[in-house]
Amino acid sequence: MGAEFVQFSLTPILIGIFAAIACALPGNFLILRRQALIGDAISHVVLPGIVVAFLVTGTIATGPMLLGAAGAALVAVVLIETVRRLGKIEPGAAMGVVFTALFAGGVLLLEQSDTSSVHLDVEHALMGNLEQLIWLRADGWGSLVDPVALAALPPELPRMAIVAVIIMVLTVLFWRPLKLTSFDEGFARAIGLPVNLIALGLVATAAAAAVAAFDAVGSIIVIAMFICPPAAARLMTNRLSTQVAWSIAFAVLSAVLGYVLAGYGPIWLGAASSVSAAGMVAAVSGVILLLACLFGPARGRVGVAAGGEAP
Amino acid sequence: MGPFLEALSFQAGYNAALVAIGAALLGFAAGAGGSFLFLRKRALVSDAVAHATLPGVGIAFIIMVALGGDGRSLWGLLIGSAVSAWIGLLAVEWMVRRTRLSEDAAIGAILSVFFGLGIVLLTIIQGMSRGRQAGLEDFLLGSTAGMLFQDAVLIAGGGALVVVAIWLLRRPMTLVAFDPAFAAARGVNVRRVDLAMMGLVLAVTVIGLKLVGLILIVALLIIPPVTARFWSERAETVVWTAGCIGAVSGWVGAALSASAPALPTGPIIVLVAAGLFALSLLFAPARGVAASLMARRAFQRRVHRRQGLLALSRAEPIHDPLTLRILRREDLIRPDGVATDTGRAAAAKVARDERRWSIARQLHHDTALTGRYDGLTPIEQVFTPDEITHFDAAIGGPNLAGGT
Repeated sequence: MGAEFVQFSLTPILIGIFAAIACALPGNFLILRRQALIGDAISHVVLPGIVVAFLVTGTIATGPMLLGAAGAALVAVVLIETVRRLGKIEPGAAMGVVFTALFAGGVLLLEQSDTSSVHLDVEHALMGNLEQLIWLRADGWGSLVDPVALAALPPELPRMAIVAVIIMVLTVLFWRPLKLTSFDEGFARAIGLPVNLIALGLVATAAAAAVAAFDAVGSIIVIAMFICPPAAARLMTNRLSTQVAWSIAFAVLSAVLGYVLAGYGPIWLGAASSVSAAGMVAAVSGVILLLACLFGPARGRVGVAAGGEAP
Repeated sequence: MGPFLEALSFQAGYNAALVAIGAALLGFAAGAGGSFLFLRKRALVSDAVAHATLPGVGIAFIIMVALGGDGRSLWGLLIGSAVSAWIGLLAVEWMVRRTRLSEDAAIGAILSVFFGLGIVLLTIIQGMSRGRQAGLEDFLLGSTAGMLFQDAVLIAGGGALVVVAIWLLRRPMTLVAFDPAFAAARGVNVRRVDLAMMGLVLAVTVIGLKLVGLILIVALLIIPPVTARFWSERAETVVWTAGCIGAVSGWVGAALSASAPALPTGPIIVLVAAGLFALSLLFAPARGVAASLMARRAFQRRVHRRQGLLALSRAEPIHDPLTLRILRREDLIRPDGVATDTGRAAAAKVARDERRWSIARQLHHDTALTGRYDGLTPIEQVFTPDEITHFDAAIGGPNLAGGT
């Protein structure tokens, strides 16, 4: 746990933690509203967004990429809503039509354009490059207070940290309206809350978290963190505040344990190389969810004894 | 003939023809099979199934290499993917049944966790020294380059089998898709039919892995049924229409992809299907956007025409420009706004029917009949001629203004 850890593992772990928290917080409310799959849809349409941004600007600079991804997320949300209303189609199917079509368009654009010279491909968008976000200038724990070394931090770390903090602040600020609209939309409407605006704001926040996180950690972690920690937390308690706290704990645990298992696990087992950290984080969150499904104190439906069959 | 037309008529070479036939059959199976899922409002379950295939591919490869092979057998990989997709599917069902999580949360959880696990296995395989692992990534987005004859036969044969199974199971699946409670009351085992439905989806997914890839196979299961729904209100028609839309997408998409370089088959097929969807959304009769806009306009015209005629019959002035325009176009009023003879006759009929309705409401307490009064339904459609004569008798003869 010395210089090497700070250099190669500290920053990826921190970035993973911030990304996990940023996704898990809005995930809590999305799950209560049965919109869990919106995170899945958004992280698919990020691909056409970044490809278009690359084709327009010709570089893979972070700014245009994030703008492109955010634009694509917005277009997707608007398209899903349009298709749902114009075609009178159920939301799940509308979502399926829109995000697969946009994703296919993104893959096609990618194949058509000459992106072989830059690091831009489907697998990168899926898996991220968590392992490569290392802090080369660090030479021990002392670097944490060394301004020269701190200036060489991977830029993803402060960006992800800021996004995570903003989402936390937003969650605290809008706690009451979020809670009311998620549990009882009719009542919220009756007391005059702008229900549609809050729903839109929640989806926009989720999109922002997904867009900020995908670049660093890839779509898999984003989708997994939107759903698995909040779902597991939902099985632990009946109080929303406790649920959110559990979801943050699960998200952090998945990020840390997943990264450590991916980076060091194979070496403990005698293998030569590490495995995908993004995939491992998702897998660990799945194990946590499985345990919660088996033993979570609030896993049953209301009126059904824990572990019993649903009526 | 251009390269596209050549490919479309199966003349762009042996491999391209194989791919086109396979894609068309796969598209048909996916469209028809996906319809039941869509009608059951569970379209996105197929997304979980598709992503859950990845760990199976990895494990099958590792096992085959451990047994001394090179891990390239498509059969082995597909069996592995089918097993892990089935596990994923049962996990979704189990989570929904045993916990209070809703289906969308279960779908998302299984999708991301299985996919993450699959990626972990792929990186393990990359670190393995034995086996020819190149090409496993092709299962993500599909690849038709270097497709063998036996692969094409597998896709075509599998697709045909799925279509036969759908035909055999169409009755119970339709029943369950529309009304599970009624189906259960009729003695249908809903859970078993649901699993059969999912089994078909799973078969389509596994067969389509090589061609379209696991991320986009969902599109072939969702887009054709949604498109077909615009064209028909009948379940069976929707199923077979969706099959045809899927087949056309597969065939045209494969041909397009063969006609030029850097056109990957899977995405092109999906985009062709999405194009058909957009056309149907806009132009389908009855449910399309254009049709409903026209229906709305026709309704608006009828409302305005009636209001105008009522105003004429009461000799009230008309100010609304749309009403004036409609009445003028039908020659019911003159350009200066005075009613023509036809206009007066039509106005008198509207006023008389209005009077008949109010009598009908006094005489009939059957709200199922009088409740159909919306101002636009002709009274002749609701009551028999005898009844209307009866109303007319109640109205009495014409009253002369100013005395008896």
